[in-house]
Amino acid sequence: MLEIINLHATVAGKEILRGIDLTVKAGEVHAIMGPNGSGKSTLAQVLAGRDLYAVTAGEVRYEGQDLLAMKPEDRARQGVFVAFQYPVEIPGVSNMYFLRAALNAVRKNRGMDELDAMDFMTLVKDKIKSMEMDEALMSRPVNTGFSGGEKKRNEIFQMSVLEPKLAILDETDSGLDIDALKIVASGVNAQRSPLRAMIVITHYQRLLTYIVPDFVHVLAEGRIVRSGGKALALELERTGYAALEAEAAEPARV
Amino acid sequence: MGTPVSSIEVLANQEYKWGFHSDIEADSIPPGLNEEIIRLISAKKNEPEFMLEWRLKAYRQWLTMKEPTWANVHYPPIDYQGIVYYSAPKKKSGPKSLDEVDPELLRTYEKLGIPLQERELLAGVAVDAVFDSVSVATTFKEKLGKLGIIFCSFSEAVQNHPDLVRKYLGSVVPYTDNFFATLNSAVFSDGSFCYVPKGVRCPMELSTYFRINAMNTGQFERTLIVADEGAYVSYLEGCTAPMRDTNQLHAAVVELVALDDAQIKYSTVQNWYPGDKQGKGGIYNFVTKRGKCLGVNSKISWTQVETGSAITWKYPSCILMGDNSVGEFYSVALTNNYQQADTGTKMIHIGKNTRSTIVSKGISAGHGQNTYRGMVKILKSAAGARNYSQCDSLLMGDKCGAHTFPYLEVKNTSSQVEHEASTSKIGEDQIFYCRQRGLSTEDAVSMIVHGFCKEVFRELPMEFAVEAQKLLGVSLEGSVG
Repeated sequence: MLEIINLHATVAGKEILRGIDLTVKAGEVHAIMGPNGSGKSTLAQVLAGRDLYAVTAGEVRYEGQDLLAMKPEDRARQGVFVAFQYPVEIPGVSNMYFLRAALNAVRKNRGMDELDAMDFMTLVKDKIKSMEMDEALMSRPVNTGFSGGEKKRNEIFQMSVLEPKLAILDETDSGLDIDALKIVASGVNAQRSPLRAMIVITHYQRLLTYIVPDFVHVLAEGRIVRSGGKALALELERTGYAALEAEAAEPARV
Repeated sequence: MGTPVSSIEVLANQEYKWGFHSDIEADSIPPGLNEEIIRLISAKKNEPEFMLEWRLKAYRQWLTMKEPTWANVHYPPIDYQGIVYYSAPKKKSGPKSLDEVDPELLRTYEKLGIPLQERELLAGVAVDAVFDSVSVATTFKEKLGKLGIIFCSFSEAVQNHPDLVRKYLGSVVPYTDNFFATLNSAVFSDGSFCYVPKGVRCPMELSTYFRINAMNTGQFERTLIVADEGAYVSYLEGCTAPMRDTNQLHAAVVELVALDDAQIKYSTVQNWYPGDKQGKGGIYNFVTKRGKCLGVNSKISWTQVETGSAITWKYPSCILMGDNSVGEFYSVALTNNYQQADTGTKMIHIGKNTRSTIVSKGISAGHGQNTYRGMVKILKSAAGARNYSQCDSLLMGDKCGAHTFPYLEVKNTSSQVEHEASTSKIGEDQIFYCRQRGLSTEDAVSMIVHGFCKEVFRELPMEFAVEAQKLLGVSLEGSVG
């Protein structure tokens, strides 16, 4: 589904990604771990198409297409979803209106009819419940006045409505207490499917206790320095990132 | 690394879509202003003596006045002697139905998306179309006539209802009021007149489309709306103007009078030519709009969506004289490129328990400068008066400006005044967030802006709200999703 080949990216002239190689197949959950500043969030932003980041080398294939040549909204319409680390507030625009517009953009792309407000409400009612969200949040402006936990839950809720093919969760666990973390994780797990791939970006092993990945990759200094199964996450929990950062000084083989 | 072009800048650089100029023979008088010209205008309109006298008094007053400079707008001096003060499409004989109206004129309306026939049939709106300075088509007049409602051009009102005109003309905006209103009083060529008799609820939205067309013609409309005891009327004013290279002065006056228990709702969508991207050309919109809640329990509500004009200078106001009367002002003002807007309202509380609400939304993009200037004045007599004001500004990009000047003058201890203000910015982050959810940049901007303006759009009549959203969309981008 997704193939990242030798991806280099800079922000404000500074190289952050220095040759990322990663292949993700449908049905797989990949965890990307790494210390602060290793390039985890940059990777998510580049895949989403944020123009603050300039890709200087490499390529990304998504379902056989050149992902980097696509506009951000086209990526989204074709099934790429990013759950943001810091979801943005949009005052005055109701959460429901926003999400319906997003869903209809995706549905249009899939050749499906647009949903009116009634059909949409029917569709989302159960999903709101499963995220243990207050229905009143739907009529409130997008993320405005939401607590940190509510914002993160809202992201996963949006994902459950939009049903992406490739979901990228950028530090979805940050700022969550353990109860909220469990709710978010079960929301994510409910969406695991043989047709869907997920990239879970996190600093801590904690999240991976609840969302068990198929593969774990460690990012340091803009490169993937280690790849392995779920055991790798536990190993990191014991040893920390310091040893790996030293390895990163050497060109990595993955 | 390439510098990513800001998506906001791309949007802000869209061109004015309604620019065209129609060729219709116009009957104009020579440019310039003196007593002879005023007599000529009055004679061309076959006005009674009291009108000519009123115009001449205004002109003499105007000669003693100076152009105001307190507004936060900047423009080169206007040559008042270079302006043509009267221009009318040449008529063979007055058109009695749309069939007789110049087809070129009808096509012009069609380009604007407001074909009169369609309006007439589908929307049930009576349109008194002001093309340049003379009304050329009036519809639904008969239907309204059966209810005793008078809705006609100002010229017709002067001919057919001189007593009403004489009684109310200048009763809210006197000819001595201010430089531009006084100029208007001297030279106004036409406009709309509406009188709703006692206890009558006007069954349809009354609407007027304004258009500035003939070269170098200052347009000086005068609108007078009177709602008698217990009457209700909702009036819509909307306009777009063709592309024009020289600045055009527009100094209109609108007077509203509400007697006991009467209600007037006045809505405006204004989209005059704002000038090009460098700020060249465009309309100067210096308008005096004021309503008087003369009777007890009366209500006047102004709603405006201002997206056009190079310069807007406009303060629709309410004088709350009757006890328990209510004044409202809901405004969206958008400035893009080099547009300047200095707009707001005045709420003058005189009667007991009078209430007023002000909701102002300013949007600045490009190099636009947006000023809110409002005054809430509560006199000693206005026991128990209340006011709520809210002024929000939205900035797009980093070259525009928003300014807020609220004046409060409270001479009464039993009154309550609240004021809230906020300034926010449409960020690239917000737009990107929307795009990551599948929305185009245009849809994202339009959604964010609509969200910002929602409280005002809610006050517009349904069909007008749709038009307002459309105009707002066009002013910021190509289309609204």
